[in-house]
Amino acid sequence: MRYLSWVYLLALFTFILLPVVTLVVFSFQDGRLPVPPFKGVTFEWYAKVLSDRAMMEALLNSLIVALMSSLCALTLGFLAASGLARVILPGSALMRGALIAPMTVSYLIIALGLLQMFNQIGLRPSLLATGIGHVVINLPLCFAIIYAAIGEHQKSALKAARDLGAREWQVLWLVAAPMLMPSLAAAFFLAFTFSWDEFIIAFLLTRFDVTLPVEIWSMLRSGLSPETNAVGSLVFLVSIAIVVVLELTLFRKGSK
Amino acid sequence: MSIEAQEKRQGVALVTPALLWTLVFFAVPFGAMALMSLAHLEGREIVQGHDLGNYLRIFTDPSLRRGIFVSLEITATVTVISVLLAWPLAWIIATRVPVRWRRMVLLLAVLPFWTSYVVRSYSWALVLGEKGVVMNALVGLGLLAEPVQIMATRAATVTGFVHFFVMLLTLTIYSNLIQLSPNYARAAQDLGASQWQVIRLVILPLTLPGVMTGAFLTFVLCIGDYITPQILGGNNELTLPQLIMLQLGRRGDYPMASALSIVLMAIVTLAYAASARWLKMERV
Repeated sequence: MRYLSWVYLLALFTFILLPVVTLVVFSFQDGRLPVPPFKGVTFEWYAKVLSDRAMMEALLNSLIVALMSSLCALTLGFLAASGLARVILPGSALMRGALIAPMTVSYLIIALGLLQMFNQIGLRPSLLATGIGHVVINLPLCFAIIYAAIGEHQKSALKAARDLGAREWQVLWLVAAPMLMPSLAAAFFLAFTFSWDEFIIAFLLTRFDVTLPVEIWSMLRSGLSPETNAVGSLVFLVSIAIVVVLELTLFRKGSK
Repeated sequence: MSIEAQEKRQGVALVTPALLWTLVFFAVPFGAMALMSLAHLEGREIVQGHDLGNYLRIFTDPSLRRGIFVSLEITATVTVISVLLAWPLAWIIATRVPVRWRRMVLLLAVLPFWTSYVVRSYSWALVLGEKGVVMNALVGLGLLAEPVQIMATRAATVTGFVHFFVMLLTLTIYSNLIQLSPNYARAAQDLGASQWQVIRLVILPLTLPGVMTGAFLTFVLCIGDYITPQILGGNNELTLPQLIMLQLGRRGDYPMASALSIVLMAIVTLAYAASARWLKMERV
């Protein structure tokens, strides 16, 4: 049984890691095709990617959309969560359900609905349209995470602040936000990651200014190329770096 | 004004922006899409109508109806294989791997999450291609006389999906497993159960809610995904999302795309209704 366990572990890890390893290894391929045999190491493809203006613009666009949309989703979610947590309103459960609802619908359907509405009102496909779509998918997530973090303890602290005469914005900004910081941070980074990696909404709702996943998608049309490997490896590297930094700063503090 | 009334007023004021956003950018577009699904295309013009013609066509036109079955078959296959592969992996990590290595092993098990979704599908195209690593190894070792076509078949789509969902399910099942008290297993062992019996009769049933939740999540994400079947499966057989994109792209047939989307949603809702009693959403 013990022996079998390790064989199984090894087999599954091979399966899980094989594509990533292949991706990275053949991004250094000194040849035109990212398939065996491996012909030697070159950094040519990385240089090509980093000097590709369309790619760099897409990267910047992705950063802007991800930053703006997750800040927006975070703010809306934070306000809604503190509103619903402080007082039981008629229809509270219904409101919570309504806020969570977009989570159950696939991104393609959300994108299609928005595309049709934007067509009707004359909003052209753009980064703005994509950002709006990303807020729609990330708002339920932010709301759910923050709402779950407001327990009895937090509720009474907020009530105390109000009883002591704090104004509404002071309660939110000086008491609720610092107190809920870990879950605010978690919600923000999750929303940022989802927006950063989101493809189908960005694909349908952008035209000239595209985001990184859409730009990578259009690269795929030209078939297998070490250049695509290089882009993929770079995205991978940046994400890993972010995770490591978060692990060393934010979450280490949280676990103490 | 009483304090209670004021509290309520402020509560409403705080919720309103988020509710408005959801109403304007989610509920309204969705309603518009439902309406659009009742219209039809004449030439290039969309004619508003109030009939179920599109839905009728989905269930009678063989190429559209086929899409529903292809999607269901692929999703069911992926969900079953992923659960079967992920459960033992999660169990081994939770019980066999020494505690100090556990975090490292778990991180490694979900490492590919950190590449972008599009890139992950592409990297499978790289691995499974005719000249790819796998075929190269199999032919090189003499296990195959010549490369077999995997790319642009259902096998490639399923492989790509299983890769993603094994990681997802390993995480959910693992978090379920380590919440279980070790006392359950010990008690069963003291009462004479073999190790296999402990797993089958005690641990497995206890993780069922987590497994079902993960499986439902897999089902929903898998059936709605366009990227993986498009990159790996090619155009030989089309899934529902591929059909939706096809209606949009080639013909601008928004009514049919909308009707197909509603069908896709209906399938997800049915799946939810069927598995609701096993689901414990708050456990994820």
